[in-house]
Amino acid sequence: MEVLEEKRNKNKKYKPILDGIPDWPVYQLSRNRKEFIEEVTRQTIERLHAMRPETRALADELEATIYREQNRLKRNRWRVDPKDEPRFWANLKNELVELTNQPEETRAKAEEELLKRIVNRYANEIAGNFKATSYKFTRELVKFWFARLLNGARIKKFGGFFRNQYTLRDKIQIVGKVKSLRNLASKGTVVMVPTHFSNLDSILIGWVIHSLGLPAFIYGAGLNLFNIKIFAYFMNSLGAYKVDRRKKNLIYLETLKTYSTLAIQKGAHSLFFPGGTRSRSGMLEKQLKLGLLSTAIEAQRNLYAQAAPDEPVRKIFIVPVTLNYHFVLEAPELIEEYLHAKGADRYFPEQDKYGSWQLVRFLFKFFTKGSSISVSIGPGLDVMGNYVDEEGHSLDARGHRIHTRDYFVSSGQVVEDKQREDEYTRMLGQKIVSEYHRINRVFASHLVAFVAFEMWQKKHPKLDLFGLLRLPEEELELLYDEFRETCKRVRKEIYRLRKDGKVYRATHLKGDIDVVIRRGLENVGIFHLNRPLIRNRKGNIITQDLTLLYYYHNRLAGYGLEQFI
Amino acid sequence: MASSNLSDKPIGVLGAGNFGTVIANILAQNRPVLLYARNPEIVRQINKQRTNRGHHIEPGVKAVNDLSEVARSCDVIFPMVPSLHFRTLMRQLAEHLRPYHILIHGTKGFDITLPPGETVESVATLNRSQVKTMSEVIREETSVVRVGCLAGPNLARELAQRQPGATVVASPFKEVIQVGKLLLRNNRFQVYENTDLTGVEIAGVLKNIIAIASGALSGLGYGENAKGLLISRGAVEMVYLGRALGGDTKAFLGVAGIGDLVTTCNSPMSRNFSVGYRLAKGETLTEILSSMTEVAEGVNTVRIAKKCADHYRVRALVTDRLYKVLFEGMTVEEALDFLMRFPLSADIDFI
Repeated sequence: MEVLEEKRNKNKKYKPILDGIPDWPVYQLSRNRKEFIEEVTRQTIERLHAMRPETRALADELEATIYREQNRLKRNRWRVDPKDEPRFWANLKNELVELTNQPEETRAKAEEELLKRIVNRYANEIAGNFKATSYKFTRELVKFWFARLLNGARIKKFGGFFRNQYTLRDKIQIVGKVKSLRNLASKGTVVMVPTHFSNLDSILIGWVIHSLGLPAFIYGAGLNLFNIKIFAYFMNSLGAYKVDRRKKNLIYLETLKTYSTLAIQKGAHSLFFPGGTRSRSGMLEKQLKLGLLSTAIEAQRNLYAQAAPDEPVRKIFIVPVTLNYHFVLEAPELIEEYLHAKGADRYFPEQDKYGSWQLVRFLFKFFTKGSSISVSIGPGLDVMGNYVDEEGHSLDARGHRIHTRDYFVSSGQVVEDKQREDEYTRMLGQKIVSEYHRINRVFASHLVAFVAFEMWQKKHPKLDLFGLLRLPEEELELLYDEFRETCKRVRKEIYRLRKDGKVYRATHLKGDIDVVIRRGLENVGIFHLNRPLIRNRKGNIITQDLTLLYYYHNRLAGYGLEQFI
Repeated sequence: MASSNLSDKPIGVLGAGNFGTVIANILAQNRPVLLYARNPEIVRQINKQRTNRGHHIEPGVKAVNDLSEVARSCDVIFPMVPSLHFRTLMRQLAEHLRPYHILIHGTKGFDITLPPGETVESVATLNRSQVKTMSEVIREETSVVRVGCLAGPNLARELAQRQPGATVVASPFKEVIQVGKLLLRNNRFQVYENTDLTGVEIAGVLKNIIAIASGALSGLGYGENAKGLLISRGAVEMVYLGRALGGDTKAFLGVAGIGDLVTTCNSPMSRNFSVGYRLAKGETLTEILSSMTEVAEGVNTVRIAKKCADHYRVRALVTDRLYKVLFEGMTVEEALDFLMRFPLSADIDFI
C-alpha cells in the first residue's frame, strides 16, 4: 500500500520555546493547585450571586442541582464517578431539607455553605493533574512505541524494529502557520480550537503540541474519555481538565467557565474542541458551543480591566486547527447517531464502544498500513476574530493595526458587559467556522467519497437522504469513466477555491487523476470492515456501506461543490 | 451599563440632508452635536445663518467639514447619508474609527457591489452576497462592531415641528440600543427597541417600494379601499422578501415595518410617495428624478428587490409590476389591472 506523502522535509523538528517544564504555565498552575481551586471557588460563587441576585433564586438553583445530580447517579453512572458521590449528594439533600424550618437568616447562611461545598467539589473534579514526571514519562513512552511500530512495519529488514529511520513525523503531517503559532505562544496565551472528529484527536493534538516545541496545553476533555483507562492516563499527564457533559446545571457550568477563564488569565495555553462533541455527521463544525469560547473573551477583558490603559497586557490568541483524516475509527457509530437524531433533535447518551484493546489494535493498524493524518494550523486571531501580525498586534480588514482593548471600552473605560460579550462570542464562533473551511485540507479520499455519493444522489433525484441510504448497495454502481470525469471536474473546482483562499488541498491531490482516484479509494475509510468505496472486477465504482460513504462525503459539504457533479 | 455614564462628548451626525439635520436638532436637546456636511458651503451656511433646508438649527449643533474631527471628538456617530454614498463615506471614515465607536445609521436603502461594467439589470442574478444593508457595510469597511440603526415613521418635517412620533433603535447590542434611547428620547419622541438589526433595516428599505405604489394609486385618484388593499398586501410581500433576505417576521410587524409603511403610504410629503404620484399623473421617471433635490431611495430599491425576488424565487407582485412601470414603460393603469386580476387565495400564511 502506498503511503501518501506530503512535501517532505517540511516536517522538521522544532526546538522547545521554553526551556524547562517548571517555566510552563500549566506546571505553575498545578503546583499551586490548591490555591487555584480556592480562587475558582470564590469567583464562581461571586458570579453565581451576580447572576441570581435574590437569595431565593439561588436556593432554587441549589435544590435543582441536588435533585438532578441524584437523578444522574440513578440513571447514568460512570466508572470515573467517585465512590462517595451518592453519599455526598444524599447528605446535601438532608441538610437542605432540615433547613426549611429555620429562620431566613440562618437558612441563607447555611445555603451559602452548601453552595460552597458543591462548587469546591466541582472545581476539584474539573481541575487537571499535570505532573512533570509523568508527562515526561508518557511522552517518551509514546515516542518509543510509535517508533517501534513504524519502523517494525516499514523497514522489512531484520532488526527494523529497533531502527529509528521513521518517526511519527512521517505519519502525521503538520502544515500551515506553525511559525506563527510558536511565535504567538511565546508572546501571549494561545487558545487552540481544533475540529473534533475522533476520540483520538486529544492524543493526536497532544503530540502535535509537543512536537512543535510548545509547552503542554490544558485541555477541556470529556469526562467520558476518562472511563477508558489508557486515555485517562494520557490525559492526566498531558494536563487535561475534565468536562462532564452530563452535568448541565448552572452551578457546574459556571464553575467550569470560571476555571477556564482563570487558567487562561494566568497564561495557561488552552485547548478546547469548540464543536463540543465529535462531529457526528463528518461535516466540519457549523455551530460551535460558545460557553468555553466566551471564557477566552472574558479572560482578555479581565486582563485589560486589571491593567492601566497604556500598560502592556498579555494577549490571548485564538488558533483554529483542523485535523484531516482518511479514516475515523468511530465513523460507523457516529453517523448512525447522526441519522437517528436528524429531524428530531433529541439527546443521545455518549457511548464509547472502544476499550483500551481496540485502540491499541487500531494504532497498530494505523502504523503498519499507511494512511496519513494531516494537521493544519490556522493563522492566529485575537479574541475578536481579527488576524494578528507577527508581533501579535490585531489588524483590521485593511491591515491597519487596531487595539483589542478598544472592543471592551465604553466611554473611555474597560467595562464588563455580558450581553455585549455574548455577541462577541457569537461573532468569534462564526469566524472560527469560516477559518475551518479555509484551512481544511482536501484529501484524495475526501474527493472520491464526495463525488461518488453526490453522483448517486443525482441519479436518484426523487429520493431524500434517508430514501437514498435505504437503497440496497448491490444496485449502486458507477461507471469508472463517468466517475473519473466528475472527479476531474470537482478537483478543478477545488483548485479554484484554493486559489481564492477558501480551502487547502493535500499535495497528493495533484497529478494524474487515475492515481489520485486510486489513492483515494485505497485510503477512504481504510480500516472499516465494509469499505465505503472500492472498484469491482469490471473496474467500476461500488460501495459496501453507503452510510459510511455519506459520512466521509460530508467532509466536503458546505463548499457548494454539489453543482459541479 | 454604558448608558448611565455616557460621557459628555459631543454626538456626531454625518450628512446634513433633511433627516440628518432634524436628527441633529433632536440630539442637540441632550448633547452638543457635530454635524458633518460634505459641502463647505453648507457648513458655513449652517454655522452662520443657523438654517438648513428650511430647518432652523439648534444652538448645540456645530457643522464641520472634517470627518476625522467627528471621529476624534465623538464616541457615538449617526450616519444619515443616502445609500449610494454610504460605502464611500465609510471608507473615508474608516481610518479614524476605533472599535469603541458606536454607529447608528438612519439610511433606508441597500448597498450593491457588482463586478466592473455590470449593472443591476445586466448581472445574471442578485443575491445577498452582493446586496448589503448599511450595517453590513459598516462592518465590512470599518473596525466598528457596535452598530445599530434607526427606523420607523420619521417624517422629517413632522419631527421638526415637534409632532409626536416614534422610532426603533435596532442592534444586537443592548448597549447600542440604550445609548440610542438615551440620546434620542424626549417627551415628543418615543424610542422602541429591537434586536433584529437586519430585519429592521430591511423593513425600512422595502417599505419604500410600497410607498411608491401608494403614491401611484393616489395619483390615479383612488381612495382608501385601494390604499388599504395595497398596504396590507404590501406588508405581506415585505415579509416574504424580507425573510428571503435574512430578516425575521417580527420586525415587519413593528414600528419599523407596519408603522413606517402606513405613514409613508399616506404621506404626500414623502419623496417616494411623490415619485409614484407624479408617475400616475403622466410624468416620466427621468423628469421626476431630475426635479428632486434629495434621493428617493425607493426607485433603486425596486430594481434591487426585483432582482433578488427572482433569485430567491419569492413572489413579489407589487415590486414586479412597479419595476415594469418604472423601467419598462408599463402604465400605472396596466399594472393595477394586472394585480386586480391575479388569482390569489390565502390572506396571511406566514404566522
